[in-house]
Amino acid sequence: MSTKNIAGKTIEVNEEGYLLNMADWTKEIALELAKEINLPPLTDKHWQVIDYLRKNQAEGVALSLRKVGNSGIVDVKELYALFPGGPLKKSALVAGIPKPASCV
Amino acid sequence: MKKLVILGAGSAGTMMANHLAKTLPKSDWAITIIDQYENHYYQPGFLFIPFGTYKEKDVVKPKRKFIPKSVEFILAQVSKIMPEKNMLELKGGQTINYDILVLATGTKIDPSELPGAQEGWHKDIFDFYTLEGAVALHQRLQSWKGGKLVVHIQEMPIKCPVAPLEFSFLMDSWLRKKGLRDQTELIYVTPLSGAFTKPTCSVALTHLLTEKDIKLVPDFGTERVDSTAKKLHSFDEIEVPYDLLVTIPTNKGDEVIGRSGLGDDLNFIPTNKHTLQSNAFPNIFALGDATNVPASKAGSVAHFQAEILTENILHFIKGQPLKPDFDGHANCFIESGNGKALLIDFNYTTEPGFGTFPFPALGPMQLLKETRLNHWGKLMFKWIYWYMLLKARPIPFITAKMSLMGKKTAKEAKK
Ligand SMILES: Cc1cc2nc3c(=O)[nH]c(=O)nc-3n(C[C@H](O)[C@H](O)[C@H](O)COP(=O)(O)OP(=O)(O)OC[C@H]3O[C@@H](n4cnc5c(N)ncnc54)[C@H](O)[C@@H]3O)c2cc1C
Repeated sequence: MSTKNIAGKTIEVNEEGYLLNMADWTKEIALELAKEINLPPLTDKHWQVIDYLRKNQAEGVALSLRKVGNSGIVDVKELYALFPGGPLKKSALVAGIPKPASCV
Repeated sequence: MKKLVILGAGSAGTMMANHLAKTLPKSDWAITIIDQYENHYYQPGFLFIPFGTYKEKDVVKPKRKFIPKSVEFILAQVSKIMPEKNMLELKGGQTINYDILVLATGTKIDPSELPGAQEGWHKDIFDFYTLEGAVALHQRLQSWKGGKLVVHIQEMPIKCPVAPLEFSFLMDSWLRKKGLRDQTELIYVTPLSGAFTKPTCSVALTHLLTEKDIKLVPDFGTERVDSTAKKLHSFDEIEVPYDLLVTIPTNKGDEVIGRSGLGDDLNFIPTNKHTLQSNAFPNIFALGDATNVPASKAGSVAHFQAEILTENILHFIKGQPLKPDFDGHANCFIESGNGKALLIDFNYTTEPGFGTFPFPALGPMQLLKETRLNHWGKLMFKWIYWYMLLKARPIPFITAKMSLMGKKTAKEAKK
């Protein structure tokens, strides 16, 4: 665990940079994180995915690519285009939720 | 007379039938178990069929042999569950009522989830998660002369998540024995970021892949397979060519779960991960591969769950609170080829580590290390499975809740 100064706030993150408390998240933080991992500029679709992830996380729903692909917001192919190189890991990072552990 | 119905007489359902036949008072409770198939398959044995180590006859026995006499066995497919009415419908229309329902419907591969696979199915594309697949692959390997052999996982979760790795290690061994290893490029394609899900374990197993010269292609999100050009395609446009593709397609719960509105997007049953009660209906319980609990889908897990669920059903009947006792305990042997195997033991919160099992310091089995004794353990598992696990006989010294004695974390082991 460590802390990080981002978008004018000091927040707690884990070794991989995922926010420890999803309540610390703000849109400004998301923008900074997206820049750090070299995402293309965030579009409406990005924000819709981020909202979806945060809402489901808050409800305790386990997230997977399939789940997001069935959300009606994007299909899996589009998700890859929005968050290239590991869409679930990257979208979760930007959304300020833990890295999805869909696998055991 | 009250009625408890178990749906599914695979590993988990059969264990429950044996536990409950011993514990439920016969004067008050009648137990019924339903399955669509006459025969029980020892699925862990499927792994060895492609290499000719086991034949079909080694992995099949009639289900009835393992079901207690006092339990009614119905051979039929269940087409619908109607939880509001406490009722099941069999194919053909007959209905069955229950007071308590235990779902043990398992999981199976669904190759239709892999677009393009149909055209090459059991020609250049094989699975070993079904008996037919494993037998067909055995035949195909007889004419293998070399080329690109790709082992592929489409999507997590899959049952026995170590099986594809074991398959790759055994494949390496087999190819060496046949003098075909130099002509064969072995490639391991996975949606995970490393060889395995659990970090410590992933390091040890990734190391084994490297040692055996098996190429790892991680983070591969499979979009489709082109059976004509013989290539796997990922969503982000990476291609992996193959001459022989051994795939583990998406694993799903049974259709009856989805059809009855009891499943998630993969037909797995939302279940309390500590009590094994269904989240939707208090008189429905689930165990084994059929649930959505974040534990490994393995026979050993079903064994630990069956002990805990039996107690919880007794609590439920007496109107007592359920015990949140299931801790995700899993215990798996991992075949690593050349007559050796590793052993891992872990739960929801503790990563597999090093140490000895089942006794601290004495072992005799070594955790997360390649040894010959672990390999014998794996082969012995077949006997233990048929004669102890299914009959729900207690396995000496191995408890449902994980013990931390004799275990070391990766950090401690380095000291
Ligand atoms: C290749 C391979 C290797 C494995 N290796 C290991 C290992 O080394 N160690 C280990 O612990 N585990 C291993 N496993 C996993 C293990 O086999 C499973 O975890 C275990 O069988 C799960 O038991 P279950 O009862 O939940 O499901 P199953 O044993 O699959 O039983 C489900 C049953 O439900 C029945 N059913 C489903 N739907 C219906 C319906 N609608 N109507 C009627 N009947 C229905 C099915 O016919 C089936 O008999 C392996 C699995 C595979 C495929």
